[in-house]
Amino acid sequence: MKFGILVNEGPYTHQASDTAYQFARAALAKGHEIYRVFFYHDGVNNATRLTVPPQDDRNIVKRWSELAAAHKLDLVVCIAAAQRRGLMDKSEAKRNAKDADNIAPGFRISGLGQLIEAGIQADRLVVFGD
Amino acid sequence: MTEEGAGGAAKRFLYVNRRAPYGSIYALESLEVVLIGAAFEQDVSLAFIGDGVYQLVKGQDTKALEVKNFSPAFRALEDYDVTKLYVEKEALEARGLSEADLVVPVQVVGAERMAEIMEAQDVILDF
Amino acid sequence: MLHTVNKSPFEHRALEACLKFARQGSAVLLIEDGVYAAARDTAVSGQVQDALKRVSIYALKSDLEARGMQNRVMDGIRLVDYGGFVDLVAEHNAVQSWL
Repeated sequence: MKFGILVNEGPYTHQASDTAYQFARAALAKGHEIYRVFFYHDGVNNATRLTVPPQDDRNIVKRWSELAAAHKLDLVVCIAAAQRRGLMDKSEAKRNAKDADNIAPGFRISGLGQLIEAGIQADRLVVFGD
Repeated sequence: MTEEGAGGAAKRFLYVNRRAPYGSIYALESLEVVLIGAAFEQDVSLAFIGDGVYQLVKGQDTKALEVKNFSPAFRALEDYDVTKLYVEKEALEARGLSEADLVVPVQVVGAERMAEIMEAQDVILDF
Repeated sequence: MLHTVNKSPFEHRALEACLKFARQGSAVLLIEDGVYAAARDTAVSGQVQDALKRVSIYALKSDLEARGMQNRVMDGIRLVDYGGFVDLVAEHNAVQSWL
């Protein structure tokens, strides 16, 4: 079965991203497909490669990047939500004349249409938030 | 049911609004999804439950807050063929509101009807 | 359909709202702080017992364990791991998350 996942909260403050990650991992372990993980609202903060959590804590961003690399996951960050919150990739940084970019490997920035498309293409869409 | 451009049948999308506006960004960003999603020609419904009904209240004036008053955008939904707006009857009553207090025409429904509407969906988006 | 609730019933009304709209035969999965609703002998356990007559209620085991609630779960609530969460989503036509 194809699952779509929506993550509405950032890392660490709420459990939403952790739960979504564990759900995605369990679904993959059962042989399901993750069609897309879409990050919206403060969920876009899951995509910053500048997080440096304490060594004895989990690295939420890195974990998503690694899961994406291992299973060719499509991790999509909403562009409108990302721009509001200071998340950008190289081309967005250039377009907005910013001096830095901060998107972690495995994530890409795109429009809200990608969320709707995930709803259309996936057999189930599961929302994680607070 | 209308046919979707990509070939498959349209899916039934329900946007569930349970939060008041301005205290958090969820209501505004939810509406942004609805407006973008309207282009996909799916079968779209909006549900306003609990504090979500406050999103539709007339007379919102956000000037002093220096944020955008997005309540007029609900009136534009009709232009996008988004016309199924369901409002929880008990939520309105509990808040001393009636249909006349809202910025757009809606269908006021009881809990049982709202539960049926939810049950009939393919995709439910909660923000 | 499957409903998920992730809020404590003592501070939020998400569970109450969920149970109001969950139809006969649907499933409710308690996750994150929602698992506190699974405990017996609380101010809301009567409400949860009543709900068990018409809906199936599940709780995520790892969230119960993390919160020290694993030995307080009332009879009738079934425990699932993340794989069980995935199965519940697959078995139901849609998921409503009561955030």
